[in-house]
Amino acid sequence: MAGSKEIRSKIKSVENTRKITKAMEMVAASKMRKAQERMRAARPYGEKIRSVAANLSHANPDYKHAFLQKRAEIKNVGVILVTSDKGLCGGLNTNAMRLMVNKIKEWEAAGAKVQSTAIGNKGFGFLQRYGIPVVSHIIGLGDKPHLEKMIGPIKIQLDQFAEGKIDALHICYTRFINTMKQETVCEQLLPLTGEKLGAPDASWDYLYEPDAKVVLDELLVRYIEAVVYQAVAENIASEQSARMVAMKSASDNAKKVIGDLKLSYNKARQAAITKELSEIVGGAAAV
Amino acid sequence: MAHTLQVNIVSAEHAIFSGEAEMVIAPGEAGELGILPQHAPLLTRIKPGTVKVKLVGKDEEEVIYVSGGILEVQPKAVTILADTSIRAHDLDEARVLAAKQAAEEALANRATGQDRALVVAELAQLAAQLQSIQKLRKR
Repeated sequence: MAGSKEIRSKIKSVENTRKITKAMEMVAASKMRKAQERMRAARPYGEKIRSVAANLSHANPDYKHAFLQKRAEIKNVGVILVTSDKGLCGGLNTNAMRLMVNKIKEWEAAGAKVQSTAIGNKGFGFLQRYGIPVVSHIIGLGDKPHLEKMIGPIKIQLDQFAEGKIDALHICYTRFINTMKQETVCEQLLPLTGEKLGAPDASWDYLYEPDAKVVLDELLVRYIEAVVYQAVAENIASEQSARMVAMKSASDNAKKVIGDLKLSYNKARQAAITKELSEIVGGAAAV
Repeated sequence: MAHTLQVNIVSAEHAIFSGEAEMVIAPGEAGELGILPQHAPLLTRIKPGTVKVKLVGKDEEEVIYVSGGILEVQPKAVTILADTSIRAHDLDEARVLAAKQAAEEALANRATGQDRALVVAELAQLAAQLQSIQKLRKR
């Protein structure tokens, strides 16, 4: 039986791989559901804060917050790259990184310097090797992101924007559309443009305590944080569904490989039997 | 039901409370606030503390702890944008410092010798792999 033992052990090892990918697929599927719920739960806060901020900035045209002012010249750009902490999720991280690299090339061609914040292990490693200065990073967010962990790293970029060290802030992440479809996007966070905030829904004004400036300052920071949180939540949902799809196709491929190997195993076995038979027959004829 | 308030308490991570209420008591920055229906539009920061919501037709009140945030009042609705953690200027600064330190440490520990070109090559390779996988899938 030439090679049949080798084929058998190969089948065994592919079967084991398949068991693992199948298990990972199921784990990702259940995590994905939770991640989606979390993503949806974060939406009302962002929407509410946006409508209040729109109202506020409209009601106080004389007070212009730094976040709302467009800079004439973009010399320095900040970018937040949201990736996953773990691999084995198809092209999710690669796609996000590629989009960011393209954007960085564009900015650099326009003469702007780039600095970055990395959310997620994969992007952090990548940015360091790529040579973009990383001013802050967050790794090990886990399946359940907490806003608390993000406050510091985001504030570094916001402070730099307020001080004029960067003139624009962008965020690159993977938006969750549905289980099969995710989209890498690069959005501008700062300066906040009027259309991003939307039109106010009424022309009345609030009473403020203690005053409009304080409340608006705080609201805008919260708004940016909420947007980043939403991006991270979407990224996690995307990661899980990308992983599920990747693991599903890995399991399918393993199944196909097992089929092929079984076929060649059977062929080898049959060939050995035929050979033995013909040897016996040959031997009998000689006697 | 003209004399009720629609109360929503949301944080960035999840919705905390939603329901009809007769009165809301919240720890405003300038002092405790009791809000009844038909209150004038008001926007204020709230301090960490408890928000009490008097539910319609019930004697007991819902008590919710919030770690600060922003309170928005409309004549028929109250929205509390709650913070997920205690926020104060000093605390935020401490967070910034911690993040900066982490970034500097990472910079110091960075593997030397690996340059940009290598990473670009790596990325190109990954992108090529991805493309071929996508092509395979289409077939």
